[in-house]
Amino acid sequence: MSSTTIDIKEKENLWGGGVSPMKASYGKLMMWFFLLSDAFTFSALLITYGLIRFSHPSYEGAIDDFVFSQDYWPVPEVVFEAVPFLHGVHLPLIFVGFMTFVLILSSVTMVLAVEAGERMDRKGVEKWMLWTLLGGIAFLSCQAWEWSHFITGTETGSKLLDGSIFYGANLTMNEYGPQNFAALFFFITGFHGFHVFSGVMLNFMVFFQAVTGKLERTGHYEMIEKVGLYWHFVDLVWVFVFTFFYLV
Amino acid sequence: MQRNTPINVKPINKNKVKLFLQVTLYLFIITVFEFAIAFTVPHEYKWVRIFIFIALTIVKAYYIMSEFMHLGHERGSLKMSVLLPLLFVVFLLFILLFQADAIYQAVY
Repeated sequence: MSSTTIDIKEKENLWGGGVSPMKASYGKLMMWFFLLSDAFTFSALLITYGLIRFSHPSYEGAIDDFVFSQDYWPVPEVVFEAVPFLHGVHLPLIFVGFMTFVLILSSVTMVLAVEAGERMDRKGVEKWMLWTLLGGIAFLSCQAWEWSHFITGTETGSKLLDGSIFYGANLTMNEYGPQNFAALFFFITGFHGFHVFSGVMLNFMVFFQAVTGKLERTGHYEMIEKVGLYWHFVDLVWVFVFTFFYLV
Repeated sequence: MQRNTPINVKPINKNKVKLFLQVTLYLFIITVFEFAIAFTVPHEYKWVRIFIFIALTIVKAYYIMSEFMHLGHERGSLKMSVLLPLLFVVFLLFILLFQADAIYQAVY
């Protein structure tokens, strides 16, 4: 068969099989579609937050006079104002900002690992994957601290609807505001945190495969790219969680 | 068989690394700017704040998807098959925000 025949046939049967019309491998394509479905799940959770938040009254007064109450939705910068080792210092959103940046940096080391993989640079892949793992573990540790701080609560606590004083939060009650506030916090950051955990596991898997030389023997480092897509998605979701949960 | 062929390690693609560091810088600046907005624009201007935050978040999402996830350099058909279904999210957002207001009006 001459090459011209093949060219014409490829154009005719772009979607007829035997070629990759999107110029992406099967694995990469399926990762994209998985991420799309995951994006729907996270959108549903965040939009539910919006639904519940705007069906409660918002706080109208000045931020300095803010006290926790079951009557209105809390202002996030008052709830999330603690930083480890700085007990009692009012530092609104500083710790979450730090967590955001840890995750963005681990995304950067991930693209550098992908770039090293494209050059078949095994040493580079190992180095950058190790940094990415470290970033993921650092983020999870920060989140563990944030959760335990949220669950323990403040020293003063606040009054529930039945008049009793309650400290901290669980799935049904919390001192910060309406019932659903803490439930949504646990659901959204917990679901995201579980994604980060899975991401760390996947990162470790490809790191292991790179170190043992399995990827080098395969002849390409596309596995790093696919797991990288997942890892960037986790970072992408956090950007949205940060905006809608902590800033708005 | 492959073990006998030497691995050909190519030199670092400096342009690519430079682009990634540039994107990192943009993401950092946007996040710092968001913090500045959060603490300088008073809470009375709630909708102004929300609008700025959402706009900046979309800019950040664009950079992460386009450069880090490499979607900006993929085939158009791949781009569209990922991006177009996300319009459903916008649809759901509008439905549920109107619903939220209806619940609020009914309860309070």
